[in-house]
Amino acid sequence: MTTPFYVSPEQIMKDRAEYARKGISRGRSVAVIFYDKGIVFVGENPSRALHKISEIYDRLAFAAAGRYNEYEQLRIAGVRHADMRGYVYDRRDVTGRALANTYAQALGTMFSEGAGKPYEVELAVAEVGEAAADDQGYRITFDGQVTDIRGFQVLGGAADAVTQVLESSYEENAALETVLNAAVDALGRDGTEPRTLAPNQLEVAVLERTRTQARKFRRISENALARLLGVAGDSAGEGEGDSEDGAKNGGGDAGQTGTTNPPAAKSVPADDGDVLGAVDDILGEDGTPEES
Amino acid sequence: MESNADWGSRGGLPQAFLTPGISSFSEFLKGFAPEYLPSGRPLPGGLGSASAAGDIAPHGTTIVSIAFPGGVLLAGDRRATMGNFIAQRDIEKVFPADEFSAVGIAGSAGLAVEVVRLFQLELEHYEKIEGVTLSTDGKANRLATMIRGNLAMAMQGLAVVPLFAGYDEETGQGRIFSYDVTGGMYEEHDFYSVGSGSMFARGALKKLFRPDFTAEDAAVAAVQALYDAADDDSATGGPDLFRKIFPVVAVVTEDGYRRLPDEELSTLVESIMDARRVVPDGPRSPLR
Repeated sequence: MTTPFYVSPEQIMKDRAEYARKGISRGRSVAVIFYDKGIVFVGENPSRALHKISEIYDRLAFAAAGRYNEYEQLRIAGVRHADMRGYVYDRRDVTGRALANTYAQALGTMFSEGAGKPYEVELAVAEVGEAAADDQGYRITFDGQVTDIRGFQVLGGAADAVTQVLESSYEENAALETVLNAAVDALGRDGTEPRTLAPNQLEVAVLERTRTQARKFRRISENALARLLGVAGDSAGEGEGDSEDGAKNGGGDAGQTGTTNPPAAKSVPADDGDVLGAVDDILGEDGTPEES
Repeated sequence: MESNADWGSRGGLPQAFLTPGISSFSEFLKGFAPEYLPSGRPLPGGLGSASAAGDIAPHGTTIVSIAFPGGVLLAGDRRATMGNFIAQRDIEKVFPADEFSAVGIAGSAGLAVEVVRLFQLELEHYEKIEGVTLSTDGKANRLATMIRGNLAMAMQGLAVVPLFAGYDEETGQGRIFSYDVTGGMYEEHDFYSVGSGSMFARGALKKLFRPDFTAEDAAVAAVQALYDAADDDSATGGPDLFRKIFPVVAVVTEDGYRRLPDEELSTLVESIMDARRVVPDGPRSPLR
């Protein structure tokens, strides 16, 4: 007879955490940054329709990295939660803190009690205030931990590498152009070789306190983004930019050819692997516990 | 009624929130917490006298809408009545539904405001979940469904009769939809009016309407029509120059919803009142 299989709770949690981290690390990063007029969300995402960054409510927005179907489910739950509260109480009673707590509870439960696998997601909830001092942001990890965002926060696979770059360039109350350029530069340095991200590879949205409408969320279109970044505007120009980028990097890394972004292809395929969840290569295992 | 909406106490996300499939907020509410829907509440037994409800709940009255090239206008008077008693002098019956549409409501004020709140949320919720806005016809149809759910209350005298006006981004035109208490939806052309003063307002609009109206012309015609409605219907309020209470006039164009500010309206209303001082029945249209 075989003896009953025993696994210590520590080991179970460790394994679950490792599993979730691995899943998240496949995704491309998203940065949440406070600037002088609000909060900007910048993510690498070539898809026009499948978003990583979304409006939740008047002053609330959501950003996520990891597995698309899982964070999409959480996003919809967040919209329902916020709309429900706003309908039953008042629009002013929908707060980022409450939403972050709800996500933390849900993710914490799924991580520690769920019978299935833990969610491979990392979320950020941000709320723009009347003044810069009132802006709030929270990062919620796969196990339900919540941390306050101070200045900026990077989610996803290469968060550590991108954070390091952003740390050196971030300044408080900077203008949107400054913050965006720094973010795009930082997001391109997630691998061994720096890449230049073109506007059509990026998803950018802001929570802008100066908007006159109650709903402060605004997506920044490709053309507007090109203007803000100070690069060639229309889509033809961006196509060129893309191949230029590939050629430039290709020169530095002769071993890799045939893809538009060779260094990136090492970690993430050039197509939208994150969104489709079909990536098999794994980026640097930041903070993953060693297998015992 | 017992609520199954225990989301407040637990803090986490109930299963209903995580279940995929519904982009409609009111459909979601029907499954999760039906007691929050106007149609989800139990009614007192038997069919009461339809007129009795009019005496216990304030009623909103006249709403007019005019389409003009490139947009549509929606306007409402400010009076709410309870029987022969003026319940409120500055009630609002015209609301933005979303960026490109507006809704005006005649009938039971309490229920009407609730339906508007739910309808606004319905459109916003869909937009957030789907990432795109509903078509103008889609919005109009959603409102019909919500009115349909109110039929039982309408039979007891608590009717809600909306007028929906939107700028159709696909065609670049203003469109008007009217409803009956059963949820019947009818697309109107050029102009329409609902509420107890509507027959007078419609008569006025019939004589004043021109297909080449600008937004400002439409605003003048709407205020004239509301004046005529107030002139002959006791439940419709005229402009109150002493209290500075003017009708709510909203214009929806490709630039979105815009409510005319009081400064703009006071000039417009005063010029109309000055003209009525000389010709009390208002502008005359040619006989032939």
